[in-house]
Amino acid sequence: MTDILEVKNLHTSIDGQKILKGVNLIVREGEIHALMGPNGTGKSTLANVLMGHPSYEVTKGQILFKGEDLTEMATDERARMGLFLAFQYPVAIPGVSVANFLRQAINAHRKARDPEYKGIPIPEFRKLLKEKMDLLEMAHEFAGRYLNDGFSGGEKKRAEILQLATLEPSIAILDETDSGLDIDALRIVANGVNTLSGPDLGVLIITHYQRILNYIKPDKVHIMLDGQIVESGGADLAQHLEEQGYDWVREKHNGKVKG
Amino acid sequence: MSSRTVSRRKRVVRKQEASEFRFTREDVESISQALGESDKLKAQRMAAWEKFESLPMPSTSDEPWRRTDIRGLDLDRIKLQASGKTPVASELLQPLVAESHGALLVLRPGHAPEFQEEENLQEQGVVFTDWATAVREHAEILDRTMDTVVPAEDGKFAALAAAMSQEGVLLYVPAGVRLQQPLHSIFWAPGIDAAFFHRVLIVLERGASAVFFHETASPTENEGQTVHAGIVEISVAEEASLKFVEVQNLGRHVWNFTHERAKVAREGRLDWIFGAVGSQLTKTFSDLDLTGQGAEGRFSGFYFANERQHFDHDTQQNHLAPNTMSDLLYKGALVDQSRSVWQGMIYVAPEAQKTDGFQANRNLILSKKARADSIPGLEILADDVRCTHGATVGQLEDLPIYYLMTRGFPREEAERMMIDGFFAPIMERIPFDGVRERFRGMIEVKLGN
Repeated sequence: MTDILEVKNLHTSIDGQKILKGVNLIVREGEIHALMGPNGTGKSTLANVLMGHPSYEVTKGQILFKGEDLTEMATDERARMGLFLAFQYPVAIPGVSVANFLRQAINAHRKARDPEYKGIPIPEFRKLLKEKMDLLEMAHEFAGRYLNDGFSGGEKKRAEILQLATLEPSIAILDETDSGLDIDALRIVANGVNTLSGPDLGVLIITHYQRILNYIKPDKVHIMLDGQIVESGGADLAQHLEEQGYDWVREKHNGKVKG
Repeated sequence: MSSRTVSRRKRVVRKQEASEFRFTREDVESISQALGESDKLKAQRMAAWEKFESLPMPSTSDEPWRRTDIRGLDLDRIKLQASGKTPVASELLQPLVAESHGALLVLRPGHAPEFQEEENLQEQGVVFTDWATAVREHAEILDRTMDTVVPAEDGKFAALAAAMSQEGVLLYVPAGVRLQQPLHSIFWAPGIDAAFFHRVLIVLERGASAVFFHETASPTENEGQTVHAGIVEISVAEEASLKFVEVQNLGRHVWNFTHERAKVAREGRLDWIFGAVGSQLTKTFSDLDLTGQGAEGRFSGFYFANERQHFDHDTQQNHLAPNTMSDLLYKGALVDQSRSVWQGMIYVAPEAQKTDGFQANRNLILSKKARADSIPGLEILADDVRCTHGATVGQLEDLPIYYLMTRGFPREEAERMMIDGFFAPIMERIPFDGVRERFRGMIEVKLGN
């Protein structure tokens, strides 16, 4: 059965300010979606609301994942159900090495499924980590560094993709993963996503620029404006945006989007 | 020169003084007699007693004691006695490396010491023994070295411990001897309304090296108070290298006072790691004197306070010779209504050019009512030096917790991971898995797991 993430008429606010004003979206395993739009239209808010960030309040609507209503579910439970968010600004965890972090994360996931689980044996974990790092063409010494602590922008994004590869979620949200990357880093990250995508992974790429879509071909493209998805289409929609900018979207939807 | 450079003895009239200890000169004499001390050792002991008698009880109007009030200690009930019979907690006896200790020495005040030896120390001329044996069989080492590092003049409690100590550990490593296995000693002092004293004397001769783990511990008693006062003296000679890990895990009824000082000679190296989790109140003075050119000292502190514990650690890094390096990192976490004070000073003498001195104290406050005071200080009298200091008091931040939760960690595990990460720089300095395990266990206990 295909796992589905379904967002239904989602409204959210933060500190009383309305951000999302009725978002509808369906992402299935095996699909790659791109969510585009100008800054400040609610794209990153959507990513964090899907993940259950405690600062956002869902005022209306639903998030369904694998048939369950996530709306009231804690962030860690959502993650263990198979939802993943690659952060725009990954957070440093000083004192915790990438390897140690990933091992414990795997254990957290497996323990949730089986309370008796004793933890992944070290040799098995080493083998797994090596495979994943090789898949993403990462130097093995990366595993010994403290997670995101003193990482360059590109290293942080690659560490996010490594986590994605290791935790094997069914739906991954990539929040502006392409921002702040030079072209080489972008290519590496995009290759990583392409390597991982397949029938068991659905991807929602949130991006301001069309650039990353030169490397990752989306099945569907959505445009967000003022807290709603106002256009959806195929890969050509992104190309159209690249050529025309967002002005035509604004003009077309001016006044239709509720303030 | 006096290496304690801060003016710390402004005395004003105190309104309400702490009570005084009830010990007498006769108590001191009988301790000396029981040990069979040499004339020199006895004279030192009696001089310490006189010093003790001449000093007033510290009060919060004395600068080093400004944040640590000991008036709650009821000394009228405190008396000399043997320690109780509670056996040493089994986790303390765990080997430090794989299956073995190089040697294990267990001291219990008023009882015979227990000693296990795996590495043949005597053959190498190494002395690792209890105080009574040291006085009886190694008086020449004590005569030569004792009190040269921590003089009784260091303070009221240094004088008290010097006068009253009947227990202790002597570690003496002759020139050129490099010990492979860690040495391990435990001072175990169960008891209520008691006063326990002990001293540790570590002497490494030229080019010697050793790893030594010493623990001061007792079980918590539900009522009553107990005093512990101790002295730790460390002498690291030219080109010698010592790794010294000490843990203070005293019961919650214990009021603990220690004076600790290391002298490191030319090209000597000291790696000093300090862990504090026990006692009701602790006041520790720890000084690192780099006395010879090229001497290095790394000084790592770990503390974790809970309930109403009060830890006050006073550190001093004294650069007394050129090209010396000191690196202090103290990290502490606090929960409940606990309180910590760290006051540190880097002193660089005029002749100590090309000195590197680093000092950092980081505190993690895990509850609203806990409090940490962090007071770094520099006093630099040389002009070609590199010294930095930093102090922080912070809390767990929401964003990393959220980040970890998005990876599937329940909140509690996410917090635990942040706490482990906070202490990681200290853990990495700890030699041997067995010792690291002990420190991890202490975190577990503090977090109530």
